Amino acid sequence: MIEITNLVRKFGNKVAVDNISFTVKEGEIVGFLGPNGAGKSTTMNIITGYLSPTSGTVLVDGLDVFEEPQAVKKQIGFLPEQPPLYMDMTVWEYLSFVFDLKGCDFNKKKHITEACEVVKILDVKNHLIRTLSKGYKQRVGIAGALIGNPKIIILDEPTVGLSPEQVIEFRSLIRGLAKKHTIILSTHILSEVQALCNRIIVINEGKIVADQDTPQLKRVVGENNRFQVKIAGPQKEVYNLLRSIHSVRDVSCDGVRDGDTYTFIVEYSGSIDIRKIMFKELANKGWPIMAMEGVETTLEDLFVKLISRKGEEE
Amino acid sequence: MVAIFKKEMRAYFTTPMGYIFLAVSLFVSSFLFALTTYFQEEPTSNTGTYFSYLIFVLAILLPVLTMRSFSEERRTKTDQLLFTSPVSIFSLVLGKFLAAVCMFLIYLGLSMINLIPIFANVALGANEPNVAVIVGNLIAIILVGICFIAIGIFASALSENPAVSFIITLGILAGFLVINLFNAYIEIGWIRAVLSWLSIYGRFVNFTYGIFDIGALVYYISITGIFLFLTERLFQVRRLG
Repeated sequence: MIEITNLVRKFGNKVAVDNISFTVKEGEIVGFLGPNGAGKSTTMNIITGYLSPTSGTVLVDGLDVFEEPQAVKKQIGFLPEQPPLYMDMTVWEYLSFVFDLKGCDFNKKKHITEACEVVKILDVKNHLIRTLSKGYKQRVGIAGALIGNPKIIILDEPTVGLSPEQVIEFRSLIRGLAKKHTIILSTHILSEVQALCNRIIVINEGKIVADQDTPQLKRVVGENNRFQVKIAGPQKEVYNLLRSIHSVRDVSCDGVRDGDTYTFIVEYSGSIDIRKIMFKELANKGWPIMAMEGVETTLEDLFVKLISRKGEEE
Repeated sequence: MVAIFKKEMRAYFTTPMGYIFLAVSLFVSSFLFALTTYFQEEPTSNTGTYFSYLIFVLAILLPVLTMRSFSEERRTKTDQLLFTSPVSIFSLVLGKFLAAVCMFLIYLGLSMINLIPIFANVALGANEPNVAVIVGNLIAIILVGICFIAIGIFASALSENPAVSFIITLGILAGFLVINLFNAYIEIGWIRAVLSWLSIYGRFVNFTYGIFDIGALVYYISITGIFLFLTERLFQVRRLG
């Protein structure tokens, strides 16, 4: 569906996108993950034809964005980082302008109503966009991207500035859209791609660091063994004991005392489960384990790991 | 193109912009009209002076109309919607240009009210105004105005700050308007020829006598076309960074 080959984009001497290649298949939800300034927006702006690449090609359904811009742009609905809204229009006026601009030829009223229903903004359709909350503005932006029934929807940092409830609502909205559209979204929040995407492309400094299915990536996450344990005993001694256990890589303690209990986060490497050893050692000293639970490695850790691993390779 | 034209027209009339432009322009031009006809030592029905001063008034008023055109889109990032929609850049430029031209024509139409007293005075024994001169001047003013608008649209694409766009437009227009004044100081024939060829004001003169000048027509339309083309090029080049 989308085929990107050796894409390079420079701004002056700065290389924003450095030789990126990937393909997106129909029906996928692909997450672009990377810190701010990694080149996510630039890549998206190139796919949508807003920017030209310095070199490399973007094919959408076999058509080059720069040779057949109109045909390609018709297939893409784009929500830039800042929704491109006209503040002094009402929601309806805005969507009807977008409808005309995209030169759609279906029933206007019906189509706009449908788009409004998808993002649940029918109740504010006669409100001035300027008066809407950030979350609603975002939805109007998405409705605008949906106008014209594009096959591909590209969303640049769509959850920035939304409240936690809005983010949850937004996720179910995207999942709904994924039934009909191919979706590319970018974010610097890892839990988001994890929750939404079936494929994750990690970008840093203009380069692809990883391009994997979400489950595959989660397996990489599993390599790291961490758990949190609450132990009733003197903080310093317990800490030293934990550290002394073979294959423990790191122990941290926030020092917050709850009765006579402290919370430690233990990180270990290797295949031996150290929990049994730990239990025996602590039992010998008479320091009971009050609670223990695994700490799921977040994608944040993974991200740091991927980037540093990439760094080591070079 | 139609979509963007409609949106622009709507924007002129749902924000104070359009009304302020019309009100200020009509006030200034009526004042100018009165000054150059009734309030002369010997009141005259000759509108020639009015029209040739009007050019300079338009050189200040029309940039107000065009200064926000593309600047505002860039400032509010709505240009991302326009440039990622399946329409050609040129049709966006043309849509904005035509909307500004339309506003200008509305203004010019309304300013015709000024002429009523002149014709009314004929009944009171005043000189019959020269209709050919008036029509010639109107055509010239329309052509000049369209040129100014094309230049203004180009300038609005240069900056995301409307005030800067306004100043740039003024600068370019001033250049075109006074360029032939240098002729008095230049001895070399061909430079003088080029300068007077480029002068927007110099071309205007024939029309004010009621003579239809095809050369001038071609010149005004070319300048308009060149600046609209440059605007489109500018966006293409900017996309490449």
